[in-house]
Amino acid sequence: MKIQDILEETYSSLVSNKVRTGLTMLGIIIGIASVIAMVSVGSGVQSNITSNIESLGSNLLTIRPGATQSNSRGAVAGQRGSQQTLKNEDIDVIKSISQVSYVSPEIQSRYQIVSPSTGNNSNSSVIGCVSDYATVHNMTIQEGSFLSDQNEIGMSKVAVIGPTVMTDLFGDGTLSSDVVGDVIKINKIQFKIIGVLAEKGGTSFSSTDEMIFVPLSVMQKNLSGQDYLSSISISVADKNQMDAVSAEISSALMIKHNVAVADFSIQSQADLLSSLNSVTTTLTLFLASVAGISLVVGGIGIMNMMLTAVTERTREIGLKKSIGARNKDISSQFLTESIVLTFVGGLIGVALGWLIAVLISKFAGVSTQVSIQSIIVAFGVSAAIGIIFGYYPSRRAASLNPIEALRYE
Amino acid sequence: MIECKNIEKVYRNGEIETVALKNINFQIKDGEFVAIMGPSGSGKSTLMHIIGCLDTPTGGKYFVDGHDVSNLSDDELAKIRSEKIGFVFQAFNLLPRVSVIKNVSLPLVYANVEKEKRIDSAKSALNASAFPEKFWQHLPNQLSGGMMQRVAIARALVNNPSLILADEPTGNLDTKTGEIVLATFQKLHEEQGRTIVLITHEPYVAEHAQRIIHIKDGEIISDEKVKNRRLIKP
Repeated sequence: MKIQDILEETYSSLVSNKVRTGLTMLGIIIGIASVIAMVSVGSGVQSNITSNIESLGSNLLTIRPGATQSNSRGAVAGQRGSQQTLKNEDIDVIKSISQVSYVSPEIQSRYQIVSPSTGNNSNSSVIGCVSDYATVHNMTIQEGSFLSDQNEIGMSKVAVIGPTVMTDLFGDGTLSSDVVGDVIKINKIQFKIIGVLAEKGGTSFSSTDEMIFVPLSVMQKNLSGQDYLSSISISVADKNQMDAVSAEISSALMIKHNVAVADFSIQSQADLLSSLNSVTTTLTLFLASVAGISLVVGGIGIMNMMLTAVTERTREIGLKKSIGARNKDISSQFLTESIVLTFVGGLIGVALGWLIAVLISKFAGVSTQVSIQSIIVAFGVSAAIGIIFGYYPSRRAASLNPIEALRYE
Repeated sequence: MIECKNIEKVYRNGEIETVALKNINFQIKDGEFVAIMGPSGSGKSTLMHIIGCLDTPTGGKYFVDGHDVSNLSDDELAKIRSEKIGFVFQAFNLLPRVSVIKNVSLPLVYANVEKEKRIDSAKSALNASAFPEKFWQHLPNQLSGGMMQRVAIARALVNNPSLILADEPTGNLDTKTGEIVLATFQKLHEEQGRTIVLITHEPYVAEHAQRIIHIKDGEIISDEKVKNRRLIKP
């Protein structure tokens, strides 16, 4: 039997029962479409997070007060961030290490901000920092300038604000050029705005759009009233030296603090990235396996239909055998039928899944990414389902005894 | 030419043995028109299955055109059926989904014949079984029983077999249409010299053949020429 004949035969038998063929195919379509859509959501979220973190600077080390998790069991990590182990003098120690290109000490706290000109107020994060902050965190200024060393030394009461803070305080549609030179009150102390940041977008997760920046010295003297630091960000010259630099800083600070166990923790952006990646990979796998279940259910639907078809066409099988069809001819006909069913179902499913992915990113605001890889995998899986779930019914058809098959009522 | 030598068929079901055929000996020469007749349960269906290479005997030898086919595998039997035997069934067994001409050319699909050649052979087979051309593209369920049986006869002819095996071909038809079908067989026998084996339980139908092999309880009880042969004049 030639391939063309098998395909013709398959076409005529699938078309002769359109509703059943359609419903069976629907199982596969839904399975494949949901796998494609789910995986696209997973990988979209992943690439979104990755690019977000990379935009914060990928050669960044962050030192926070408080011990890291000890290796001994049962150790309790202190309240990291609220501990007061990092001080201004640590900066000089870190600066003396080679490979460290920029050091940015930071204090973060929330204060009530009021704009005297509009009367609006908001509760925002205020960061006390030095001029290196802008370099370390890849920040761009939309209008005016960032905090200078002069501001730091002179303890000038000046502030740089994020674009979200600007609209919160001055209302929608405010131009950044109008705001520069205006004043705001942070914790009832008047500050002059010298710059507005460019919008960085992204998630609220450490977005600088919602922050206000003041000189570190002013923050320590006038706002928080203490000389502890919330964190120190360090930009390392060579990305490949991150681990070595981190170890060097750690030992230097331990000597300086005169402690045997580090009372601070050092985290690199790469650590954060890899832990978030493992979270999103798990998420993607979870979504894909949920969708995969529906694919298996679809496959069982195919098997069910093929078994029904074998029973229905018992006499036909008997006839074909009596006029010279070999077992192979019979089994390949049924197998082809189930493969064509899953293949066409897979094709439609990929198209539908793609469409769903596009709709999700358009209307639900979740970014999606349909990869060629996931299409190939989904397609391969659906073809495999056709073979696996079609194999048993086709064997059964081929093994029918022609005499009994011809007698079947 | 087909030949049965001491054919025996025994069905074993656990401890119980049922003898369906024993001691069957006969020869059918090319160009003969033979009827195998017997009441139901006589073993004539079992014999037909062996003659038609759908089944193998448990004892004895069966030859088709000089080849021993008594111990062949499923696929080897399928090849013999495809090349040497044409079946006509009581229930017609046409494929409902495809046209008359496709039904007739179906055996050639399994014999790996080229598509154009299949259609040509199907057309000449339909002409030989006197099936009117205007119904060639119809579906089987649009035809009467007599017409359907003539499609089935054309299908049996299409691979130019050594033997046409008809199993109660008039069983589902009334007497008049039955006669048309029998006339078709006689015509094929007369004009084309086809070898035809007709299986029936009705003496009336059997008398259209040249020779009747009478079977009862799995054994041949008589094998003789028909004295007053019924010939249907067109």
